[in-house]
Amino acid sequence: MTRTGGWLLVAGALALPLWLPSPYHLHVAIMAGIFGVLAMSLNLLLGYTGQLSLGHAAFFGIGAYTSALLTLKLDWSFWPALAAAVAVAGAAGFVIGRLALKLRGAYFVLVTISFAGVISLVSVNWIELTNGPLGLPGVPAPELGPWSLRTKTAYYYLVLAAVGLSYLVCRRLVRSRIGRALVALRENEPLAESVGVDVTHYLVLAAVVSAAMAGLGGSLYAHYTRFVSPEVFLFTYTVTMVIMVVAGGKGTLAGPLVGAVLFTALPEALRAAASWQWQMLAYGVLLVLLVFFLPRGIVPRLGVALRRPEPVTPTARR
Amino acid sequence: MLAVRDLAVRFGGVTALESVSFDVRPRSITSVIGPNGAGKTTAFNAITGYLRPTGGRITYDGVALTGLRPSAIARRGIVRTFQKTSVFPGLSVEDNVLTGLHLRGTAGVLAVLAGRRRLVAEERALSAEAATIIDFVGLDHRRREAASALPYGEQRLVELAVALAASPRVLLLDEPGAGMTGSEKTVVSGLIRRVREQGVTVLLVEHDMRMVMGISDTVIVLNGGRVIAEGAPAAIQAHPDVIRAYLGASADSS
Repeated sequence: MTRTGGWLLVAGALALPLWLPSPYHLHVAIMAGIFGVLAMSLNLLLGYTGQLSLGHAAFFGIGAYTSALLTLKLDWSFWPALAAAVAVAGAAGFVIGRLALKLRGAYFVLVTISFAGVISLVSVNWIELTNGPLGLPGVPAPELGPWSLRTKTAYYYLVLAAVGLSYLVCRRLVRSRIGRALVALRENEPLAESVGVDVTHYLVLAAVVSAAMAGLGGSLYAHYTRFVSPEVFLFTYTVTMVIMVVAGGKGTLAGPLVGAVLFTALPEALRAAASWQWQMLAYGVLLVLLVFFLPRGIVPRLGVALRRPEPVTPTARR
Repeated sequence: MLAVRDLAVRFGGVTALESVSFDVRPRSITSVIGPNGAGKTTAFNAITGYLRPTGGRITYDGVALTGLRPSAIARRGIVRTFQKTSVFPGLSVEDNVLTGLHLRGTAGVLAVLAGRRRLVAEERALSAEAATIIDFVGLDHRRREAASALPYGEQRLVELAVALAASPRVLLLDEPGAGMTGSEKTVVSGLIRRVREQGVTVLLVEHDMRMVMGISDTVIVLNGGRVIAEGAPAAIQAHPDVIRAYLGASADSS
């Protein structure tokens, strides 16, 4: 992506609420933003470090519950609760990262799935704390100084800021020696070790940053829908994130965002166009076609088409 | 000095190394030779931390390396290459070498996230360093190409460049000439000599006897998990035990 193109996109995103005809469209944009944060978070692990976390919804849910519980039960205001959601999810990422150290590939996937399963069970059964399957209603809307961010337009900008921040974090990491170390682990772990890349340190680091970012998405989700239930741990959320990352282009900076926008908007567009049974069928067929024709994802393909390949590799300034 | 003492490695009932001791003198080129299965690569894996020895001690300048992780051993200046070609396949030659420069960078997470200005200077210095190393192995014309797209001989040079980027004090090369053409081997031999001239100690495993005898100061012969001979190339070539190990039992004992 050229620099001008990037700034045009930012300007477009800032002006988006002016063009969108209804609050419903703004709602779709907000959800796309939240999923954008989640997809970028998963991409750090899946795309750059090469480890598939199929329990990513756990970090999302932990963020959502942390934020909801702190504001509801301890009357914290939104901002410290948001920070706590990021920290608690990051701590969970640390635990998973340490546990999964000896595990790679399929075993890592199993650990993450089990982790999400356990956390989900806790949320259902620890009724005194989480209100069980009934969930926690009445999560307060955020406030910024004297203003409430209750309106969809205000919330859109809050989410947009989070997307921007997450993107910046990913970009800075990926284009530094830290990003090179992560990619080295993905490409050839024994060789990475032989030149001094500390596997423990960098796997845990990737897990912590990724989980913390998912926690950010969770908190934003909780204060937007104003309701948190064990549904936040649904496997569907994880699968959606994986689809977004893979379809958009894993291991690219823009890929997860493109995937998030596409796969948030697509089901909504299909809903308008067809009845329920046909929606899912069309979604499935489109997904298969996408994976079949663009196996590396949309963004790398676009890069080739524009003869400016987005480097899958993290090199600073060319 | 790299010192190996009574190194033993057993895999279940199989004894790969029985009791191997040798020293690698600073700034020397030392070769480890021996028939297939003699334990050469096993010794490399044990020295560089990829394998925990069953017994024995490995020290560098008196400091024990045994039990350290490979990355910690690399940090102490002992860097290896692998028998099977081992590069970062999806990355360009330049990024391969930049990754090899990992330990030269200092940027931590917080500095990176804060976008410190001095990081720009550091990245620039690393890029310049990478260019020098790529130039040294003669892959300047391949800088932007993916390592996996290079012909075999050049991939082995990328591997060498990555190892050199980790600024080794002792460089362990596992069959650097394997699968190369004669002229490529000459190039590699020349590079190994130049690396040594820069003050790096080189320890290599190699099957090509012409290459081994041409560049080594000392040759160590392994057979059946033990050292059967050690000395200057000429002495090794004439050593009766070595001849027997390579050519099988002598005629009179059959």
